[in-house]
Amino acid sequence: MTSKPAKISVQGVTKTFALGRDTFTALDDVSLDIADHEFVTVVGPSGCGKSTLMNILAGLETPTAGRALVDGAPVLGPGPERGVIFQQYALFPWLTVRQNVEFGLRTTGVPKAERRSRAEHFIELVGLERFADALPKTLSGGMRQRCAIARAYAVDPSILLMDEPFGALDALTRVKLQEQLLRTWSQDKRTVLFITHDVDEAVFLANRVIVMAARPGRVYDVIEVDPAIERNEAFRLSPEFAALRNRVWHSVYHQEGRTAPAAAGSATS
Amino acid sequence: MSVLEKRGAEPSGQTPPAPDDAGTTNATKTAAEPSRPGRRGLPLILNAVSVVLGIALWWAAAAAGFKLPTPPEVVSRAGTLIADGTLGEDVLASLTRVLIGFGLGTAVAVPVGFLMGWYGIARGLMEPWIQFFRTVPPLAIIPLAVVVMGIDETPKIFVIFLAAFLACVISTFQGVVNVDRTLINAARVLGARDAVIFARVVVPASTPFILVGMRVGLGSAWATLVAAELIAAQEGLGYRMQNAQLYYDLPTIFVGLISIGILGLLMDRILLLAERKLTGWQERR
Repeated sequence: MTSKPAKISVQGVTKTFALGRDTFTALDDVSLDIADHEFVTVVGPSGCGKSTLMNILAGLETPTAGRALVDGAPVLGPGPERGVIFQQYALFPWLTVRQNVEFGLRTTGVPKAERRSRAEHFIELVGLERFADALPKTLSGGMRQRCAIARAYAVDPSILLMDEPFGALDALTRVKLQEQLLRTWSQDKRTVLFITHDVDEAVFLANRVIVMAARPGRVYDVIEVDPAIERNEAFRLSPEFAALRNRVWHSVYHQEGRTAPAAAGSATS
Repeated sequence: MSVLEKRGAEPSGQTPPAPDDAGTTNATKTAAEPSRPGRRGLPLILNAVSVVLGIALWWAAAAAGFKLPTPPEVVSRAGTLIADGTLGEDVLASLTRVLIGFGLGTAVAVPVGFLMGWYGIARGLMEPWIQFFRTVPPLAIIPLAVVVMGIDETPKIFVIFLAAFLACVISTFQGVVNVDRTLINAARVLGARDAVIFARVVVPASTPFILVGMRVGLGSAWATLVAAELIAAQEGLGYRMQNAQLYYDLPTIFVGLISIGILGLLMDRILLLAERKLTGWQERR
């Protein structure tokens, strides 16, 4: 789509799972390119393979056919240039916030003093400095996700893969974290692939919204959002936002062969 | 017979550890709410009342003509046995056996449980044997152990080892199998390789299961010990009771029973304390 080489390139990726005697096609010949510093959201009904797509890019699953490239090299496993944020936070419950944030720095062999200061920096960035020595069980959902974000940032990945990171949070916390995420993104311009089932979230965050369809999982529609627009409350309440939201909503909930929004919920997951 | 019952209850080690001990959960919750300090004292008072009532009932039964020694008789016998050193020697002998057997059992069970949980090959090779021996009460091994190993300490420690090992190995295995997949994935995307994932994710995540397994294992080791001493020993609490039975010496039997109960309770409390210290990060329901 641009002259720049793609940061992430998904080429004809198919992924099937054995399901008893049947096979389930989670992804069917999916291709997409994501440019450097782009913020792409992926939205679609359950069972459309959006999490599978993320797992393949994260190197946690391998495609049945096709290939995924990051910086032009095929993905063979997890790598430090790709940070992953899971919906269930996935904090290590026996480690404090600080130890969680330092986890990736320890595995990559960062010396202790530097580990400390880097962890400190990212804990501050997400506003958890008062809870640096607290265990995850004492934190709220929003704080846990902020800790997970700090942990992913700490290893300084150039790509962030986020799998419905704010899905389990209340609406107010979600809006706050969305704005915080965009603030840090506008400073460091990482490449972000953000998976969500929330149409508002998909439109608000993205430079580009990718709508997927289920059974089999495939790219159904792509909607561009002008990156020049400032993402703030005014945008959230603007007619442009409403129009984009409308467009994405229809694309998600009124896909061919589907009649009502309820159908999306009942799809295979 | 209580030994067999305890063995039967052993699979409880396979359930998630958090709600294992209702008392613990309550105590933890209450401790977390400093606004209600009175709540913590109440169960203790109830416990004390219950103990006093129980002893009163025992005394009443003895006085009513049941073939029971009265509490003062038991206390004075305990005094005698402590004074002449018999009780100390017996406790030492029994504790030594149980600690060696339990220690060895746990030390072998934890790595074996990890291997079984982590590697499918190890599981396939070891599972039939563990499942088989699980269905055989360790006490049933005693005749064989005595014939093969003689009548010294070895067969006794061996059956205690077996009891502790079987309780702990299943629980460790369950702990490893139950480690949250997402946590392993989170470690992988943060650059952790297998060895690091094992040491820094699998081990801590399965610690609660291991500790529950150790508690069950200790209970079953203790139960097996006493029974093993009933069969062939020259000293130890079980032997002392067996001997007292020959002379119709009920107070000594009572002293033995109470000592066994108190020691078992103490060891369990120690493990419970370790459990609280090591697994305080858990979110308790």
